[in-house]
Amino acid sequence: MSENDTSITVCPRGPLLVRGDFEILDDKGQPVPRTRETVALCRCGASAIKPYCDGSHKLNGFEKNR
Amino acid sequence: MKIPQHRGPVSSLLLQILGQNDLSTDLTELNEVATQALSDSDILCDEDLQLCLFALYELHYGGFERVSDQWEWHPGLLAFRARLETAFEARLRDAVGELPAIADTADQVAAQLFELAGSSTGPSVSEFVLRHATVEQVKEFLIQKSIYQLKEADPHTWAIPRLTGRGKSALVEIQYDEYGSGSAGKMHSELFATTMAGLDLDSQFGAYIDEIPAITLASVNMMSLFALHRRLRGAVAGHLAIYEMTSSIPSARYARGLRRLGFQSPVTDYFDEHVEADAVHEQIAGRDLAGGLIEEDPELGPSIFFGAHAVCFIDDLLGRWQMEAWEQGRSSLRSKELIR
Repeated sequence: MSENDTSITVCPRGPLLVRGDFEILDDKGQPVPRTRETVALCRCGASAIKPYCDGSHKLNGFEKNR
Repeated sequence: MKIPQHRGPVSSLLLQILGQNDLSTDLTELNEVATQALSDSDILCDEDLQLCLFALYELHYGGFERVSDQWEWHPGLLAFRARLETAFEARLRDAVGELPAIADTADQVAAQLFELAGSSTGPSVSEFVLRHATVEQVKEFLIQKSIYQLKEADPHTWAIPRLTGRGKSALVEIQYDEYGSGSAGKMHSELFATTMAGLDLDSQFGAYIDEIPAITLASVNMMSLFALHRRLRGAVAGHLAIYEMTSSIPSARYARGLRRLGFQSPVTDYFDEHVEADAVHEQIAGRDLAGGLIEEDPELGPSIFFGAHAVCFIDDLLGRWQMEAWEQGRSSLRSKELIR
């Protein structure tokens, strides 16, 4: 897959859905363990498995009144 | 799997016929006893009829030991199954009632489905497992789930060749993940088997069939009903969307409940995996699968939302069934005395 096929979808009231060819690095530049091709990245800040989403945005009303 | 024990006159006759393997074309008596049962009972929670549907559908999946594969496309059996399906679908449509207005953009469809998924008022089995369940109750909960989770994702796979475009890509993307993204041993059904084995349960598919009550069978029979009929392909999408949207947060509670009881990886892996996986899948299922299908063909809307509402209805009943039993200090499984 070429870089051009990588996409980030901003899910309303939810995570960033990232598809394609990409790497997730921590602050030391080390790869964050990843077990699936398409990932959901936490946007609400409440996930217990950051950087990934765990659905917590549904409990904390993230962006609910936007 | 082994042939289940019968639960009444219709399943008694059906299982006897299946076991004979003579591919008999005379199913008159079977149809007669079914007519009686269909007029006398509510098919949704009728042990006899739900077991019949389960057995007829299972012919399309793994089949039964010592039962001919030829039965799968036997015209008489298919006609018999259609009679049960007509009653079952009518019962589900009656329970769902009139559908609200359906959005026409993927974003709005996803929002509607998320709202529906979050609207359940039933008791929370996951909260109970998190805080209070004993090991025996967790085992029971796993047994209830096993009749689907040991073939997790299989029903929805039937819909793939019936879809096109963005919706099809989305379903394949979800299913690829469900089946372990090509890594042997990582299929969600296999992770569930590991969890069962960790609690000393038999992880062969169907090992506990005789203990599974009708309402649980109805929940898996509903998936097969949607999955095996092209006209209900939208309902498969709606069903999957709600399943994914009601999974991450409960899965985190189940994993924590298991840890509270002293279990750890790999026993907890199934539930830990579903926290992350279904937070991805719910977005894909809502926006790209259900939403994508409606944008491509708005006429699928009612079918998608019928499937979504039907699963909410059945899951709510199933949750109540389980919690009522536990609150009254009894098992939610079929009583051992009923099983010969």
